[in-house]
Amino acid sequence: MSYAATHDQHDDHHGAPKSFFQRWCMSTNHKDIGTLYLIFALTMFFIGGSFAMTIRAELFKPGLQLVQPYFFNELTTMHGLVMIFGAIMPAFVGLGNWMIPMMVGAPDMALPRMNNLSFWILPFAFVLLLSTLFLPGGGPAGGWTMYPPLSLQSGSLAYVVFAIHLMGISSIMGAINIIATILNMRAPGMDLLKMPVFVWSWLITAFLLIAVMPVLAGAVTMLLTDKYFDTSFFNPGGGGDPVLYQHVFWFFGHPEVYIMILPAFGIISEIVPTFSRKPIFGYKAMVFALACIAFLSFIVWAHHMFAVGLPLGADIFFMYATMLISIPTGVKVFNWVTTMWGGSLTFETPMLFAVAFIILFTIGGFSGLMLALVPADFQYHDTYFVVAHFHYVLVTGALFAIIGATYYWLPKWTGNMYSEFWGKVHFWNSVIWVNVLFFPQHFLGLAGMPRRIPDYNVAFANFNMISSIGGFLFGASQLVFLGVLIHCAFFSKKKAADRVWEGARGLEWTVPSPAPHHTFDVPPVIHDEELAHGDVHA
Amino acid sequence: MSQQHDAYFVPAKSYWPFVAAVVMFTFMFGAGHWLNAEPGEAGFGKTVLTVGVVGVLCMFFGWFRSVINESLAGSYNHQVDTSFRMGMMWFIFSEVMFFGAFFGALFYIRMFSVPWLGGEGHGVLTHQFLWSDYTAAWGANGGNGPAHVGGAFEIVPAWGLPLLNTLILLSSSVTVTIAHHALRAGHRGRILVFLGMTVLLGALFLNFQAHEYIEAYHELNLTLGSGVYGSTFFLLTGFHGLHVTLGTIMLAVIWFRVLKGHFSKDHHFGFEAVAWYWHFVDVVWLGLFMFVYIL
Repeated sequence: MSYAATHDQHDDHHGAPKSFFQRWCMSTNHKDIGTLYLIFALTMFFIGGSFAMTIRAELFKPGLQLVQPYFFNELTTMHGLVMIFGAIMPAFVGLGNWMIPMMVGAPDMALPRMNNLSFWILPFAFVLLLSTLFLPGGGPAGGWTMYPPLSLQSGSLAYVVFAIHLMGISSIMGAINIIATILNMRAPGMDLLKMPVFVWSWLITAFLLIAVMPVLAGAVTMLLTDKYFDTSFFNPGGGGDPVLYQHVFWFFGHPEVYIMILPAFGIISEIVPTFSRKPIFGYKAMVFALACIAFLSFIVWAHHMFAVGLPLGADIFFMYATMLISIPTGVKVFNWVTTMWGGSLTFETPMLFAVAFIILFTIGGFSGLMLALVPADFQYHDTYFVVAHFHYVLVTGALFAIIGATYYWLPKWTGNMYSEFWGKVHFWNSVIWVNVLFFPQHFLGLAGMPRRIPDYNVAFANFNMISSIGGFLFGASQLVFLGVLIHCAFFSKKKAADRVWEGARGLEWTVPSPAPHHTFDVPPVIHDEELAHGDVHA
Repeated sequence: MSQQHDAYFVPAKSYWPFVAAVVMFTFMFGAGHWLNAEPGEAGFGKTVLTVGVVGVLCMFFGWFRSVINESLAGSYNHQVDTSFRMGMMWFIFSEVMFFGAFFGALFYIRMFSVPWLGGEGHGVLTHQFLWSDYTAAWGANGGNGPAHVGGAFEIVPAWGLPLLNTLILLSSSVTVTIAHHALRAGHRGRILVFLGMTVLLGALFLNFQAHEYIEAYHELNLTLGSGVYGSTFFLLTGFHGLHVTLGTIMLAVIWFRVLKGHFSKDHHFGFEAVAWYWHFVDVVWLGLFMFVYIL
């Protein structure tokens, strides 16, 4: 056992404080802050989900039924912003907060107070963002990408820009913290190439965040000055170019896509070995593939802009660069499959989500490869094919990984086992209805249905109805998830073992369940056979 | 790579992060409300904004005071020092990327959007149908685009005040380095002199830049509204000026901390962080001088 019992040389660091405000608002504890992040992300997931439900209800049949077109535009915009910046990213930061210090044998994050600030900015930022829905001018309605000149017509642009600035500050500080934790706080003997792949994936993601969140801040600042301070960045009459915004935005936006998937890759690389009872296949190749994907993410941004009229040379460069990404991604998919090959597999809920991730994310990857082809993209651009593509990678990709990770580590967090039966009910409902929801959208897109429009041609009616039914049932399945979480945290009688899963390796399984308020006050002694990955298994 | 320690350090609970989140929100909400108000509407935005700005300043003061006290009490071990260093380095990297967005915009506008509006290569049709009389150029004769947004203007000549400002910032980088060496050698008097000179040079730079802005607005008709030339000129130099202002304040704080004897030969992260920041600001200026003023 490398878990060192805590000493009492500084009492106030042990045991959670009693006062609510002290515990949750003044925290320097990575576990409490991680919990806050995860609860915040879950809340935002349901808020963003309610927007999605309204969108699917409006699209249930042709014609305008429920909402006005402007409100529909607000819904699509807010759904994107809330899910990306409010649900997926904070969920990953929450998981990183909870698990990284425990995985590398650190007592906490490197900069615990800044960690608390990173979290507490977020609720305020989203109050600012969501309040625009109730303002006289209405919320942002130009899509989450906020392309000018359309976004400049939105009355509440200033609030949106400042909310994004706050989220950016939060993300940058969170990322700095994670890098400092991983590089500076590892226990002796936890070499870089012995770290779990999840930690590696977050190290690389944090680098991406620090590199691109400031660029987003710059892009939206230019929007702000164009609207309120007479500048001409995106006004051709003044020598600017609206396409400039798209370049700057997607220079942020494409790495952002990988910010939302690399930690998911890390999670899958934890879950699959555990339930295959085998070390991960090709540890170094997995790490190298992550780094390759991160590098390539900086040179592919214009594949979001093929239809805007780029010079031919740019189209061709970005097409080939984009297709290159399928090589390191393929390495990862094959390595997960090879990890399972010959393993003694069991299919508990986390593993079910991981296997679904591998299959469905790969489908999303393939449709991405189709979109990467310039001539094909001219047809697919801004259709439901794109919507189907990025929901396959974000819902059945990033979100499934987050849900899988929640089931995987929930017993470690709460000390209780969740209900395996209801977990499986949640899984099978999710995986069936998510495909009913998004698979028909491929056909709608190929047939030419444009995205972000509240009404459509009657020719698209059947597939839209199927998609909406899938959407409602997928939404309802997430209430099962909520029930499982509440049951596990407060009512479950079944206690979890320290090493919750028989095949699990890594330092987090050497501490008690639930993990004590403070772990590793002194650096643990690391035994190589306890490590998840790394040279020991190479 | 991993270091040996007997015990880790985790800081005690603090209300400053929560206060920081509240005042940042107040700041941003006030600014948003102010900008969003209809013309002539009596809004509370400016009041909230002022409260927010004052709140942010108080928060920085209070938070840093508690950190300085903990540092003086010897709470921070070598590992904490390394975390601080990494934090500062990556923060500066994020600032580099922020300026990168605006430099990127400048290069795109000069390399692509202005020449295309003038009918080159890709923009031949736009040119022909919308602005066939526009000749692509940068500076006074076309930098505000085919619609001459903001009217005729003159540019700030590179070899006047900007050159002087370049020399001022470069010498301030030298003085701060001399002060750093003096700190390592333990000569407090010399630190105070050279660090003080750095602060004064920073203030001098800001003074000249304010001068330049006033002249641009009143005599050259070069404003934020002068097409894309004015946009890039003022946003790039303006954000840089903002950073110089922050840097000068930071240097001044460090000067007082040196006076109070807060730093020792081998324990002076605060000093070094500010010095790094100052060098970063200096390097950005060299880029500005080259690409905004000279070329």
